[in-house]
Amino acid sequence: MKTFLTTSVLALSLATGASAEGKLSLYHWFEYIPQELLDKFAAEYDVEVTMDTFDSNEALLAALKAGKMGSYDLAVPGDYMVKIMGDEGMLDTFEPSELSNFGNIEDRWLDVDFDPGRKSSIPYQWGSTSFSVNKEVYDGPLDSLSLIFEPPAELKGKINVLDTSGETLTLASLYLGIPQCSSDREQLKQLNALVQGAKADWASFGSDVAKDVLVSGDAAAGMIWSGFSAKARAEGAPIEYVFPKEGMIVWMDNVVLLKDAPNRDNALKFMDFLLEPENAAAVTNYAQYTAGVKGVEEFLDPEVANSPESNPPADAKGVFVEACAQDVQEMYDAIWTNLKK
Amino acid sequence: MAGGAPGGASKSEIYKGNGPRLLLPAWIFIGVFLVAPVAIMAIYSFLTKEFRGGVIWEFTLAAYDQFFLDRGLFGDEPPSIEWTYIGIFWRSIWQAGLATVLCLLIGFPTAWFIATRDVKERSVWLFLITVPYWVNLLIRTVSMKFLIRDTGPLNELLLALGVIDTPLALVNTNFAVQLGLFYSYLPFMVLPIYAAVERYDFSMSEAAADLYASSWATLRLVILPVVKPGIVAGCILVFVPSLGAFLAPDLLGGAKTFMIGSLIEEQFKGAAGNWPFGAAASMILLTIVMGVLLVHARAQTKGER
Amino acid sequence: MAKPVDLRRFTGFRAITWLCLFVLYAPLVIVAIYSFNDSTSITRWGGFSLKWYVDVFTGPEAPKFRDAAINSFTIAIGAAVCATLIATAAAVAMNRAGRFRGKTASLALINLPLMVPEIVTAVASLVFFITIGFKTGLLTIFIAHIVFCIPFAYLPISARMQSVPDTYEQAAMDLYATPWEAFRLVLLPLMVPGILSGFLLAFIISLDDFLITNFVKGAGVETLPTAIFGSVKQGIKPNIMAISTLLLGVSVVFVTLSWIIGRAGQSKR
Repeated sequence: MKTFLTTSVLALSLATGASAEGKLSLYHWFEYIPQELLDKFAAEYDVEVTMDTFDSNEALLAALKAGKMGSYDLAVPGDYMVKIMGDEGMLDTFEPSELSNFGNIEDRWLDVDFDPGRKSSIPYQWGSTSFSVNKEVYDGPLDSLSLIFEPPAELKGKINVLDTSGETLTLASLYLGIPQCSSDREQLKQLNALVQGAKADWASFGSDVAKDVLVSGDAAAGMIWSGFSAKARAEGAPIEYVFPKEGMIVWMDNVVLLKDAPNRDNALKFMDFLLEPENAAAVTNYAQYTAGVKGVEEFLDPEVANSPESNPPADAKGVFVEACAQDVQEMYDAIWTNLKK
Repeated sequence: MAGGAPGGASKSEIYKGNGPRLLLPAWIFIGVFLVAPVAIMAIYSFLTKEFRGGVIWEFTLAAYDQFFLDRGLFGDEPPSIEWTYIGIFWRSIWQAGLATVLCLLIGFPTAWFIATRDVKERSVWLFLITVPYWVNLLIRTVSMKFLIRDTGPLNELLLALGVIDTPLALVNTNFAVQLGLFYSYLPFMVLPIYAAVERYDFSMSEAAADLYASSWATLRLVILPVVKPGIVAGCILVFVPSLGAFLAPDLLGGAKTFMIGSLIEEQFKGAAGNWPFGAAASMILLTIVMGVLLVHARAQTKGER
Repeated sequence: MAKPVDLRRFTGFRAITWLCLFVLYAPLVIVAIYSFNDSTSITRWGGFSLKWYVDVFTGPEAPKFRDAAINSFTIAIGAAVCATLIATAAAVAMNRAGRFRGKTASLALINLPLMVPEIVTAVASLVFFITIGFKTGLLTIFIAHIVFCIPFAYLPISARMQSVPDTYEQAAMDLYATPWEAFRLVLLPLMVPGILSGFLLAFIISLDDFLITNFVKGAGVETLPTAIFGSVKQGIKPNIMAISTLLLGVSVVFVTLSWIIGRAGQSKR
């Protein structure tokens, strides 16, 4: 019995034992970084790269809280989540001198309020969250969040909504014109009533399916990220990404160095690697967002660089999602649970 | 559900005295890696939640309070009964119950039909019923989703045949979840009923027929009471896993309405991050299931006497 | 006495059986057919092709699914072996060791993993590993799988042991065989079909598990079900259909094996 157990355990550890010099463990958004780029890094530095994926900032935080700290070297949280993770003490710091390409960071992304001075993170890609509409199903004006929250008859029952409270409730707040992280009772009740009323017109909640439902036609409209919408369009969905007059969410994803990273050196090498314009451009060409690195222009596909999703009209308004205090966040969580009950 | 020997059937004493020693590995594994974890989870349900996931080791009834009592969106209204979570549980119980009834309606005739074939034919039928049971549940659920989606083969076929003009919106409905549960656990219903019918003594039917009972009267008054244990076992095997199902509501229901499984999952993997509440919901689910099984066990021992 | 009607027959039951089989098989068959679809659009038929099978083994996602398959099969074999050993020992204790204290409780314990809903086991395992500070990884999946495989291995093994009379072992011990020899040389060979069925059932149950694995898996570790789930959440792709069909094939092979073993066991009775 005992020998059997030991041999099985041994066999298991052998099955996972790696031969490469070093390792690197990433926790990344899904369908975002091209496999070729990971392979390139693995070959250049003789490092075995493993990557797990998540589909919302909240899922990233939950997984790290549930015993995954110390397993990953790098993660890719959005702006407000960098702040939350920093406050939770989940991030390690580095000196700019540890990254030879630190100077490639675009100036406007250097001193950001979610990580002043970029002590734990580097900018990755930025984009927006709004929604897209199938023009074959609905041919009216595409300018307002009302298409999602108070949809016209053509779109009723054919809407997919991102399965994350942060972005969905923020868009709802924008539509109502109420501030984020509000603790005003009337405003919160209004918000609750809006999403409750809209739910009957929504077909599904899903973040990872956001592109597929638009391509397959299972949904005629859906909340989606700018680049993901561009990919859906490239795959044949007859959709248009909307820049609503009420505003949209702007976000920046960042590569952060996690506390207790098992391979800190390789993690810094990878961060440096991602700050090379050519490599940052490779991510942009694949995910169709915009890199926060200088000098990428010459490496970009013209189609991606000029995509309507990445080039909003001059008057488009965007806001960052804010991280709320605990007592306020709990009310938003209650609205969300109430919505899905 | 309970397999193996009910205490008395195992009279053999060949290896007398070795019983406890031989059971030690099972006790260790299940004790350490299932009983202890459930005990820890029970403790977690009485702890204070840490914001965004985790626990603080201070005892409180907050998780159960949140489950049963409604104190308004802002937590300061006088408490009344909270229907949100009871509603989620009720819907899950209703869905699981409906799936069980559906499985029974289809499963009983199937099991009966198979059990009354001659031996050779029987094993072929049985083989056919068992194959899907061995196929990965996830793959079966995905297959069902593919089949019934708006642009899927079923709708294409119906459109081509002119039965419908616009695709039926089947995916992301309660009906789809129903169908998924039914489809997932149907073999669980057929097999135990089959085992019971196989043991049924048909001279009892003959006796009933001799007394001028119609075949439906025979079914209702003679056969059903005899094969009831098989039916009850089948119902439990369908109901219990349906109650905590995660894949069917998530993939077929569009994650639109919480069932128990997704409510609990959300506490640990989603935005809610309320571990004590997730633990409390798990404890309540466990209590319901154990209650059902206990009632079943009681009824069974009574029946044996 | 002539029987007026066949007492075994109820009108409509045959039709319902066919309906039952249709419901069980239609989705699987359709996915299998579409896995040979040449078109990239998954719902329009574009001719017969094996390209998605080629894609499974050589495409961009091939390494991911290969690693997941290796993990899945390693865990399933390891967990099934351990569970079968534990279950066999337990079955001997329950069927061949007379009465002793804690026997009824032991039966309940062995069946406990069947009774606790999967989501509860998943959550409990997760908080357990977090509380004792055990980092989740391949090993945590392995341990969790052994636990829920035990009752599945136990059921056929115990059933078989009940049907084997202990007279042969009695005879062996009358001829001065030790209990261990009686077990090893007499009971064990008679038990082979039961033990194999138990192993196969445990193996397939382990291979099938998604929910518990998803909670206790560690960084960078995927099994086939978690990898497939991650993939289908983004939409059902033709390569997933090809993988599904391959797994369907594996299941059919295993169920056929267990069927043959079961029949062999019956004829020996």
